[in-house]
Amino acid sequence: MTAEQIIFLIVAVVTLVAALSVVISRNLIHSALWLILTLFGVAIFYVLLEAGFFAVIQVIVYIGAIAILFIFAAMLTRRVMQDTGPQSNTNWWIGALIALFLLAGIVFILLSWRGSTTPLAELENQSGRLSQLGLSLVSPDQYVLPFELASVLLVAGMIGAIFVAGDKKQ
Amino acid sequence: MNFISDPVTFIANWLNNLLTSWGLSQAVVTVILKFIGAGIVGAFGFALVIFTIWLERKLYGRIQDRLGPNRVGPWGIFQTVPDIIKIFTKEYITPVGADKIVYNLAPILSVSAVLLTWAVIPFAPTIVGTEVNVGVLYLVAVGAIGALGIILAGWSSNNKYSLLGSFRAVAQVVSYEVPMVLALLVPVLLGRSMGINSLVNAQSVWFIVLSPIAALIFFTSSMAEVGRAPFDLLEADSELVAGYQTEYSGLKFGMFYVGEFLHAFTISALTVTLFFGGWRGPWAVQVPLLGVVWFFIKSFIVYYVVVLIRISMPRLRIDQMLNFNWKFLTPLALVLLIATAIVDKTFFTLLPGLNLLEIAIPWVRAGVHLVMNLLLILVTIQLLKSYRIKRILVVAKPRPVAVAPEPPASVIS
Repeated sequence: MTAEQIIFLIVAVVTLVAALSVVISRNLIHSALWLILTLFGVAIFYVLLEAGFFAVIQVIVYIGAIAILFIFAAMLTRRVMQDTGPQSNTNWWIGALIALFLLAGIVFILLSWRGSTTPLAELENQSGRLSQLGLSLVSPDQYVLPFELASVLLVAGMIGAIFVAGDKKQ
Repeated sequence: MNFISDPVTFIANWLNNLLTSWGLSQAVVTVILKFIGAGIVGAFGFALVIFTIWLERKLYGRIQDRLGPNRVGPWGIFQTVPDIIKIFTKEYITPVGADKIVYNLAPILSVSAVLLTWAVIPFAPTIVGTEVNVGVLYLVAVGAIGALGIILAGWSSNNKYSLLGSFRAVAQVVSYEVPMVLALLVPVLLGRSMGINSLVNAQSVWFIVLSPIAALIFFTSSMAEVGRAPFDLLEADSELVAGYQTEYSGLKFGMFYVGEFLHAFTISALTVTLFFGGWRGPWAVQVPLLGVVWFFIKSFIVYYVVVLIRISMPRLRIDQMLNFNWKFLTPLALVLLIATAIVDKTFFTLLPGLNLLEIAIPWVRAGVHLVMNLLLILVTIQLLKSYRIKRILVVAKPRPVAVAPEPPASVIS
C-alpha cells in the first residue's frame, strides 16, 4: 500500500463519519460543524487528484461562504443551544426509500463503469491547466453558454434576495 | 551551496542526505522535512509575537506620552515573558451552558488560521514553506477559517455580548473579504500568476507603483479582517465588554490575543509580499539571507503604520463600516480591476509597435498603470465631493412644546 492510498483511506473514513454525523447530530450548529469537516475531506480528495485549484475553491466557497451562512442562520434562530426536538417526521420511510434507490443506482453505475479499475493517466501541462480552464469557460465552442446561464441565475437569485430582504416602501 | 549565504537550504540538504544515508526512502524523508519545516515556521511565528507584543505596547506608550513596559530586561523587552508565565497559571473558566467542544475549538481555529498563512509566504528566494500555484486563493481560503473561529467563539460562550460580537464579526469579516479578493486579483493580473513566490519574482517594479489603489484597498480591508481599531467593532469594549472573547480566560484568551497580534504582523508581511516586492532588494538573489533581512525591514515599516493607524483612529459605527465597504471600497475595486485588465491588455497589444528597449518595458508599463490609477483617484475624489453631505444636523429638530391634554369630561363637570 502506498502512502497515497493510506491517506485516501483515512480521509475517506473521516469524511464518511463526518457526513453521517451531519445527519444524526441533534444540534444544528454541530451539524454545520460536521458539514465543514466533510467539505474539508472533499477538498483533500481534490488535492489527492492533483486539482489544487478546486481544493482551494472548495474551501473558499463551501466553507468560507456557505457553511458560515448556515451557522449564521442557525445562530439567528431561537434557543438553538437547547434544541432537542424530534429528529424525524412521519415521512421518514419515504426519505429512506429514496436514499436506498439512489444508493442502488450509484452502485449499479459504478459496477458497470470501467474507469474505476483503469489507472489514472498522467496529466500533462502542469502549469497551464488553470488558464486552460479559464479559456474553456469563455470560449464559444466550449462552456460559455452554461457558464453565462449560471451567472444569470446567480444574479437573479441575488436580486430576489435583495427584494425579499429590502425595505418595503409604504 | 554556502552556509553563510543560505543556511536554511544548506541545513535542509544536509538533513536530507543524512536521513537518506540512514536508509529511509526519499518520500519518507520529504514528509519528515516538511513536518520539521512546519514546526519551525510555527515556532518562529510565536517567537515573533513575543517581540511584536512588546513593540506594540512600547509604541503605544511612546505615542501616548508614557514609558510603556520598562521593568523586565533592557527597555522592558522581556516584559512579554512574565506575562506569558502569568497567563499559564490562570484558571480556565467555562461558563454554564457553554458548548464545551466548540468553546475549546474556537481559539485553536483562530490561531491556526493565522499560522497557516505563513506556509506560503516567501521569506527569501529559496526560503518558502510551500510553493502552491494557487497561493493567492489559499490566502483567501485560510482567512475564511479565521472568521469561523470568531463566530464559533461568540456562539458557544452562551453570552449575549459574545453573540452580538460574533454577529458583527460575520457582517464585517465576510463583507470585507469581497474588496480584498478583488484587490488581490490586481497583482494576479499584473504578475500573470497565482503563486506567491512567482508574484514576488514578477515585481521588477513594485506593484505599489503599478497599482497604489489596489494596495490601499488590500491594506484597508486586511485591517478590517484583523478587527483592530478603527474596525474593532467585534470587541468594542465600551459596548460589548470584549465581544466574542468575553467569556474566555487564561490561555484560551491568550490564544485569541496571540492570534490578533500575529494576524496584525501577518497582514503587514502579506502587503509587503504582494505590493512592496517581498524579499526583493540589492543582492537578494545572490545571498538569500539578505532577502530575509529586506523582507523583515519592509514588514516592520508596514507594521509600524498598522500600529499608528490603530492608535490614532476612533472606532467606526457599524453602519459607517458597512457603507464604507459596500458603497466605496467594493465599487472602486471593481472599476480598478476592469481598468487594470483593459490597460494591461492594450499596453501589450501596442508594445511591438513602440520599439522600446528591453530594460525600459517594465518601467513604461508601470508609468502607464500609475497614470491610470492617478486618473481613477481624481475621478473618485470628484465623485465623493459631489455626493458629500452638505450640512450635518448636529441638533435634533425642534420638538413641539408639550401641551397639557384636555382634562377628561368627568373632571370638568
